[in-house]
Amino acid sequence: MKSRRSEGKILRFLLKQIIRMAVLLFLVSAAAFFLVSVSPIDPLKVNVGQVALGSMSQEQIAKLSEYWGTNLPPAERFLSWAGDFLKGDMGTSLLYRQPVSHVIGMKLSNSLWLMAVSWLVSGGIGFALGTLAGANKGKAVDKVISAYALITASTPAFWLALVFLMVFAVWLKMLPIGLSVPIGMEAAEVTLKDRVVHGILPCLTLSITGMSNILLHTRGKMIQVMESDYVLFARARGESKSRIVFRHGIRNILLPALTLQLASVSEIFGGSVLVEQVFSYPGLGQAAVTAGLGGDIPLLLGITVISAAIVFTGNFIANVLYGVVDPRMRKGRKVA
Amino acid sequence: MEEKKTVLSVKNLSVSFTQYERWIKRTTLLAVKDVSLTVREGELVAVVGSSGSGKSLLAHGVLGILPYNAAWSGEISYYGEKLTEKRMGQLRGKEIVLVPQSVSYLDPLMKAGAQIRNGKRDQGSMGESLKTLKRYGLDETVEKLYPFELSGGMTRRILISTAVMEKPKLVIADEPTPGLHLEAAKRVLSHFREMADEGAGVLLITHDLELALEVADRIVVFYAGTSVEEASASDFRDERLLRHPYSKALYMAMPDHGFCAAPGAQPYIKDRPSGCPYAPRCERREAKCLEKVDYVSLAGGMVRCVKAEEG
Ligand code: SF4
Repeated sequence: MKSRRSEGKILRFLLKQIIRMAVLLFLVSAAAFFLVSVSPIDPLKVNVGQVALGSMSQEQIAKLSEYWGTNLPPAERFLSWAGDFLKGDMGTSLLYRQPVSHVIGMKLSNSLWLMAVSWLVSGGIGFALGTLAGANKGKAVDKVISAYALITASTPAFWLALVFLMVFAVWLKMLPIGLSVPIGMEAAEVTLKDRVVHGILPCLTLSITGMSNILLHTRGKMIQVMESDYVLFARARGESKSRIVFRHGIRNILLPALTLQLASVSEIFGGSVLVEQVFSYPGLGQAAVTAGLGGDIPLLLGITVISAAIVFTGNFIANVLYGVVDPRMRKGRKVA
Repeated sequence: MEEKKTVLSVKNLSVSFTQYERWIKRTTLLAVKDVSLTVREGELVAVVGSSGSGKSLLAHGVLGILPYNAAWSGEISYYGEKLTEKRMGQLRGKEIVLVPQSVSYLDPLMKAGAQIRNGKRDQGSMGESLKTLKRYGLDETVEKLYPFELSGGMTRRILISTAVMEKPKLVIADEPTPGLHLEAAKRVLSHFREMADEGAGVLLITHDLELALEVADRIVVFYAGTSVEEASASDFRDERLLRHPYSKALYMAMPDHGFCAAPGAQPYIKDRPSGCPYAPRCERREAKCLEKVDYVSLAGGMVRCVKAEEG
């Protein structure tokens, strides 16, 4: 009886989340569409060229504007796009002349592992450093770590990317300047090592700029835990400091940290747009910039929706995790 | 009767805090001042004082778990051996245990059983914790509960179980009764009496004089961070047996004696007068009360009052 009731609760919770996701995706794509349609960039001029456009006949221009969709009112275009999207057709990228799903698949596979590694590295190291700093509040190690976090928190990702480029690629010549594979190499010849080497700098940049948030949050939580009554009692029971940190500290700060890191997928995403641009890394972020500047509306919308879906999935997992892992949420308050 | 060994002896304990006012001005706050007391084997000594009188710091001082910005002076000895911070570290949680006051002292994400056993998982500890739970009228299902699922009374019994598990020689109970109704509170206190009867020394820190009198052998009265009187519990049967005007005032304030509360309030520790801390409220105050008042023996107890000997 009870389990059926809680099952119903979980189902309702999931349903609510999914509806929220759908609404969110609709709003995000509508907003993106609106922004592109009011953008002063004329896709015709950008992609065909002012001069070429001038030398064309009226019929040619009319044909082109039909291709770029500039002849229809925006609302109509949006609705027809949304309709197709629901049927699984994401449209054709105007710039790449390929199905959008194709382009996104290709770019996403480049970006995804870059973002995944950065996400893991920034989360793991940020959590470890935050724990260390929080457990040693006010001591030298805390001051150094906090200073590091505050500095990286105020460092723009693109600036850091440029610095890394200068140091490692230009001066030391240790790592390649950009792209995800060596220039002019056949795709079949590219080795895993090539890919890794090309990914190091973008990953490093993203990891470092994405770390401060989780680090400072973890440090704050850890300080709270160390000042709590239950840690005082643990000390009174003769538990050593390292035991307290591992037995009580991490137990109590891991879940909030994980939640935060899942919710901050969006920041890694945002950072990757800039970082990919600096490193000319052919990922989703770069494709988004190209699509935006080139007026490639189908591609831009496709990327927007996919990114929003990924970000939302992060939040979704965070919510579910809290409900399932934390006993206070899972069991509910039986005793007030 | 053979003389019982002294488990804990505290002499002239003071605890001070360093604080920074507006980041620059460094001030020291003397939170506990010149406190002395002893606890013998099989004896339950209650430290009674209203909240904010520095009682908890006394407990934390003995255990060596004062906050990092606190410093202490004086002498604390355990079975005649002077306690250093290092020695406290070795004894706490084993021979010297703390029973804290509320559920917030339990790790919110750890099941009760694991907390009672302090992480031990061997057969012996499992049996021991079960036995302890039974002793306090709880069963093994409690082991699986998280702190938020425990009722107030269960929490108190679990906190007591954590202490009993270690077979301690000195139990320090810090306000173990608030939030409990009278019956439950009495039951909790009776558990401490049992521990004393089994041979341990028990230091009970409480604000509730009436309850303390039901179980304690001796009472130490705290006022504004210092001990003003030490009396046997039986002295509280008669106002004339009490030595200090504040103790007498406490006596008068008890329900059986007319609920007659003394006017005024205990000063904040920050504003404690330099001489007798009770002087601002005392009817018998005179000039010499404003100088340093020593804590002296009188009629089998202790008192900090210049006029005590005059009765
Ligand atoms: S020392 Fe003086 S002021 Fe203090 S309690 Fe005794 S008589 Fe009163």
